Amino acid sequence: MQAAMKTKRNLVTAALVAPAAAWLTVFLVLPFIAMLVFAFGERAPEGGYQAAFTFAQFANLPTRAAAFWNTLVLAPAGALLCLLVAYPVAYYLAVKANPRYRLILVSLVVVPFWTSLLVRTYAWMYILGSRGIPNLLAMIGIEDVRMLNTPGAVLLGIVYGYLPLMIMPIYVSLEKLDRRLLEASADLGAKPVSTFFGVTLPLSLPGVMTGVALVTILLLGEYLIPQLLGGGKVFFIGNALVDLFLQSRNWPFGSAIAVTLVAVVVVVLMVAMRIAWKVAGTRQVDLV
Amino acid sequence: MRVFISSVYLFLYAPIALVVLFSFNAGRSASEFTGFSTAWYGKALGNTFLVAALENSLMIAFTSAALAAIFGTMAALGMERLGTRTRAVFDALFAAAIVVPGVVIGIATLVALVAVFSFVNPALATIWPGDQPPQLGLGYGSIIAAHGLFSMALVTMIVKARIASLGRDIVEASSDLYATPLTTFRLIVLPQILPSILAGFLLAFTFSFDDFIIAFFVAGSKTTLPIYVFASIRRGVTPEINAIATLVLVASLLLILTARVLMREKKSKSGE
Repeated sequence: MQAAMKTKRNLVTAALVAPAAAWLTVFLVLPFIAMLVFAFGERAPEGGYQAAFTFAQFANLPTRAAAFWNTLVLAPAGALLCLLVAYPVAYYLAVKANPRYRLILVSLVVVPFWTSLLVRTYAWMYILGSRGIPNLLAMIGIEDVRMLNTPGAVLLGIVYGYLPLMIMPIYVSLEKLDRRLLEASADLGAKPVSTFFGVTLPLSLPGVMTGVALVTILLLGEYLIPQLLGGGKVFFIGNALVDLFLQSRNWPFGSAIAVTLVAVVVVVLMVAMRIAWKVAGTRQVDLV
Repeated sequence: MRVFISSVYLFLYAPIALVVLFSFNAGRSASEFTGFSTAWYGKALGNTFLVAALENSLMIAFTSAALAAIFGTMAALGMERLGTRTRAVFDALFAAAIVVPGVVIGIATLVALVAVFSFVNPALATIWPGDQPPQLGLGYGSIIAAHGLFSMALVTMIVKARIASLGRDIVEASSDLYATPLTTFRLIVLPQILPSILAGFLLAFTFSFDDFIIAFFVAGSKTTLPIYVFASIRRGVTPEINAIATLVLVASLLLILTARVLMREKKSKSGE
């Protein structure tokens, strides 16, 4: 009787997780294995994949060094710029804002993140394009300013696109902060500035870490922002991948780059978690 | 401080406002506002390619989000009952589905499906009785599957969080009162997790509706709305694109607001 109930329980459990398990296997695990296999293959003469076992694709990685370089420099730089803009906003929302309007102000920060990144990014094509700000500058005599298709434009797009995602985790960690600590600090004679650097900032570091890690990881696979605002001059690994798969149809090389990208993401994630661990002590930090 | 905060909000909304404003421009210009008109909306909705892309996007978003909501909820419920080790494997896979960049998910799905097709299609051709054997290919199915992967992970996470905060005592009371597990689920558990499931569904719908990069890889010859918009941008921005973009923004906005209301309801209930 007991055993029969246990078997039934196990069957129900298996039935509940079976579709998810199948989906994860067929559309995550197997594709990843296929990609690994492709990465050791050769490009077929007509494009696509041809079976082989060679490390040539990985040896070729330096030919795309520019994409890796741009990604590994501009993604963290963009995340840090984001942080510089986001921190005061998160601080204002969590500490200074009138509680009555806080929820509305927080929602107003989140809403843009959930609307189409494609649309929001192309708006900047317009503003930075020759008929936008450069046109206005020309009217006051500053001629020939090029803004679009520069690293600056890509960084601007990154800050714009990912700002909400940086503000939220910092806001959450600042909101949880115990106000009595701030009062205690003031009572003990600390100036507001010392309170900020001695109490507020250290206690918000888990949120800062989460934000920087989240944004950096998402940026490593970014395609749209460099494509639209970098115009093929400032490109990321994502752009190289689209080029290799959809234009030059060099699937094995593309797979090798994709595998390397995932390795980079894993390393960044591990480093971020290690730092977060140190910063937060034993407190749990959710990166995802 | 005030000035800085205000300028950040301006920074966040000015580009969006500009797109919306120019969608109502009477002229063709994308830099000079020459008068108010809704003509571009009519033009956009009269564009058969665009409407087809919109229909594709809606169908794909609905199907992938619905599948993700059903299977993701089942997984969240089932994972509760799993042993620690199996649960850890699931957690890792779901985390991977969220952390792996979309561009890689797109590529991996493309590569795997093409490998499968190159094997299945000839096999199908040999055993097919008729003259024209069906050809498996990229299209709706591959986009739904790839979007569903991320969406399912999202739904599972949201529903799992809700389940974790659910009061066990009511569930126990229910079974003490001789309710069958199914009745307990239907009357006690489901009403409590339903808002989270719906929120997960709407977030998944929005994700699929807005996704460009995954669909770009696995769409084959099919066109979704973001793919159409992307292609149009490369031909040059017109007020018609602004009209479409405005419609896309409004649609995502409505879905997100609904999702947030549902998630908030969840919070206020758990606060009781």
